[in-house]
Amino acid sequence: MGSTTTGGGRVGVHRPRLADHAPSSTAALIVKIALLAVINALGVYGVLAAYAVGDWGIAGFVGLATLTADYVYFSRRVTAGKYLLPGLLFLLVFQVYIVFHTAAAAFTNVGDGHNLDQPRALEHILAVSEKRIPDSPLYKVAVVTGSDGTLRLLATDPAGKVTLGGEEVTEGIVRDGGGKAVEVEGYRTLQLRDLVTRQEEVLALRVSLGAQGALRTQDGVTGFLARPTLRHDPAADTLTDVESGKVYQASSAGYYEAADGTHLTPGWTVNVGFDNFARVLTDTRLRGPFVSVFLWTFVFAALSVLFNFALGLLLALALNKPGMRGRNVYRSLLVLPYAVPSFLSALVWTGMLNQTFGFVNLTLLGGADVPWLNDPWLAKGSVLLVNLWLGFPYMFLICTGALQAIPAELNEAARIDGAGPWQHFRQVTLPLLLVSTAPLLIAAFAFNFNNFTVIYFVTGGGPNLPEAPITLGSTDLLISMVYKIAFGGAGREWGFASAMSALIFVIVAGISAFGLRRTRSLEETYA
Amino acid sequence: MRLGTVSTLAAGVTLLLTAGCGGGGGETAAPSAAATTSAPSAGATTIVEPTDGPVKRAQADLVIWADDTRSPIIQKIAQKFATEKGVQVAVQQLEFGDIRDNLVTAGPAGEGPDVVIGAHDWLGKLVTNGAVAPIELGDKASQFKDVALKALSYDGQLYGLPYAIENIALFRNTALAPEPPKDWNALMDNALKLVKEKKATVPVGLQVGPEGDPYHFYPVHASFGSGVFATKPDGSYDPSQLLIDNAGGLKFAKALSEWSKKKLLSADLTLDIAKEAFTTGKSPYWITGPWSTEDVQKAGIQLAVDPIPSAGGQPSAPFVGVQGFMISANAKNKLVANDFVVNYLGTPEVMKELYDTGKRPPAMISVFEQVKSDPIIAGFGAAGDIGQPLPSIPAMDAVWTEYGHAERDILLGKGDPEKLMKQAAEKIRAKIG
Repeated sequence: MGSTTTGGGRVGVHRPRLADHAPSSTAALIVKIALLAVINALGVYGVLAAYAVGDWGIAGFVGLATLTADYVYFSRRVTAGKYLLPGLLFLLVFQVYIVFHTAAAAFTNVGDGHNLDQPRALEHILAVSEKRIPDSPLYKVAVVTGSDGTLRLLATDPAGKVTLGGEEVTEGIVRDGGGKAVEVEGYRTLQLRDLVTRQEEVLALRVSLGAQGALRTQDGVTGFLARPTLRHDPAADTLTDVESGKVYQASSAGYYEAADGTHLTPGWTVNVGFDNFARVLTDTRLRGPFVSVFLWTFVFAALSVLFNFALGLLLALALNKPGMRGRNVYRSLLVLPYAVPSFLSALVWTGMLNQTFGFVNLTLLGGADVPWLNDPWLAKGSVLLVNLWLGFPYMFLICTGALQAIPAELNEAARIDGAGPWQHFRQVTLPLLLVSTAPLLIAAFAFNFNNFTVIYFVTGGGPNLPEAPITLGSTDLLISMVYKIAFGGAGREWGFASAMSALIFVIVAGISAFGLRRTRSLEETYA
Repeated sequence: MRLGTVSTLAAGVTLLLTAGCGGGGGETAAPSAAATTSAPSAGATTIVEPTDGPVKRAQADLVIWADDTRSPIIQKIAQKFATEKGVQVAVQQLEFGDIRDNLVTAGPAGEGPDVVIGAHDWLGKLVTNGAVAPIELGDKASQFKDVALKALSYDGQLYGLPYAIENIALFRNTALAPEPPKDWNALMDNALKLVKEKKATVPVGLQVGPEGDPYHFYPVHASFGSGVFATKPDGSYDPSQLLIDNAGGLKFAKALSEWSKKKLLSADLTLDIAKEAFTTGKSPYWITGPWSTEDVQKAGIQLAVDPIPSAGGQPSAPFVGVQGFMISANAKNKLVANDFVVNYLGTPEVMKELYDTGKRPPAMISVFEQVKSDPIIAGFGAAGDIGQPLPSIPAMDAVWTEYGHAERDILLGKGDPEKLMKQAAEKIRAKIG
């Protein structure tokens, strides 16, 4: 920001006074202060907002980040920090935090039925367990407040009898046209606005009517008799069914569980240690498919990179000829597939490759019956084809850039030495190109290893493999298999999905590290 | 010192901006004002358009989540409630399917709504996660169709005010098929004859899609005396008794394979293709629901809606889906929410208004009686009278994919139809555990 453009104020020069700045840097200083003020404002707002909802982690992080930003940009010493800070902060929020969050979730049973913490789950179980007594009379109620400020229910039963807090009243009652008591002497009736303000109290009101149950209201105008069907014992942390006497004990699985194995919902999140990882490794239903899916994932990622790079490079070479007419038009056209959202292109391709009704079979191939997405091998080819369509513009762009960075004298030297076009490409262009593009190819491999979008939208992982022990298709990648396993059963298992994702992360990280090491040797040879 | 001035200035600007941010955080400034003053300002209703990123609760006394087609209707209806009661109402737009998942996550985080419009088959997930609160309709319960109340109940508690009952039926282009088919064979003969005569390209619009579509195939499956789950004595579904591969289910599997060979059905027929064919008059029949009526009528097709003819001898029972208003377990204003749902929405006038603007078959008996002179509504009603509530138990999530794949694989001729159905059933049993 400001200081990097103000020559006079450079760090390391240690000019003491701001007055030394040229007039233009005063403007820059004002811009800098304004921008930092905005950042501080957002920071303070963030801290207050997080504080308001009691989220100390976020409040602390935002506060610290704001102070760091102030220090870095007001200080004259921290030059590198001025460039690195925004990126570092984004890295923390969008990468490191998510990685840790996923890793932490992998050790819990978080998922459907286990999304809450225990106090909340208990609160909900108890609230739901309070049931209206079947066929009991309905009361018309008004909520009134006495001089002491406490709330009471003024209830009119179906026969017109009026009670206040359970005690019958006969005098000083004002009734509306329907016979409902709306006011009683000595008390003030709450209107909706007051009810809203004090609704916690209103909803908590219970007027015990002895063995019949308790009168309560949910809307402030109708009352009904309800009775809890579960009783909580805080000392033993058990819930007892009032009618059957069945006891539910809080278990380490994150449920209130009875001796016969039945449990109450919702449960809560608990730590399960390495259970999720153990399940991935020991589940016999996963073991068989895992190997074949891993191999296909590897082949898919490798071939995707290879095909995309080959086509991108070919086109880049073809359009690299200086002085070619309309070169920029061609280049822009080639980048078009990259500009369309990939899920949209994927959906269009799915429609075009439809065996019976698709454009490719019906129109291009004149009524052919090619099972593009229905045959296991053709489907694999089809997803590679679609991925080529989606991915080659990126490779084309980076190859175009890298080609222009190859020094012209090298090309000239090769020509003078009498190298043919193939020899020239093989021994000069390609090695120099790989020096700068190899890390990107590795990144592309890692990306395609987890390319959920293409698989999900083009084939959904299909065609289905009926013999597989789990739901699985011929084009499923590891990541889409994880999705099907963790979210395809009775409920979503985030913890289990996180554990499997963590394992995939280890695989991809390992392959990438190996690849990057190989790249370094390439650099040492040619750069 | 200059630096001192700078920091004072920065602090001043910071404070100013903070104040600005605090006030401008919500969609409207009025709701926060109303919340802090005890005198109610004139009631107002706003629609909050969807945004990217996590859902944030709109600032109002009563926040309702609805999908884009229903939020204008609900806003209009809620406006009266807001004026009468002097409360602020915000209708927040979400994708229909997102309402379910966001209620589970945003609710406990304090960003959830008070009321949502939802489908009864979400209840398994919502109740398991403690996301919805039971509702007490009192005497009003008897004013609604029994199947609607049954569908919206879970573990003996009612979780919503029913508003519309939806099920699929047989759409018929009366220009191509003047008479309702008396059974499935009659439908097949006429459909294939029309294709042969080049009057139609798609014999019957029964959509499959890449993962199969068991929801649309279900009535045909059920007509063979099969189903998804057996029912317990209390009428609820029993996840331990999967029926898809019982004797009737296997007969259905064989029939599917025959129909595919006769080119009555195709594994490649997607919703888009079925819709395109029917709305351009290229298909005599389409098995679909009330959500398609408008498209067909706009296209100028002469439409009749009939019950789906039986293929296996038993009634072709479609799954019945009930839409209703549910109250979030994490509602900030449960009292207003209950008042709005039970006392305000649960009246024939409002239910009629909801019907008039959305044309979804009403769940309130008196309103249904008023509108059943519309032959299309009556047709859906007749098809749904023999229907069964779509299972809302969480185990159903484990059924859909395999069940759909089995049907699709049979249509593709990937193996012995009975074996494919049995394999799918085994996988589902393993998933349910």
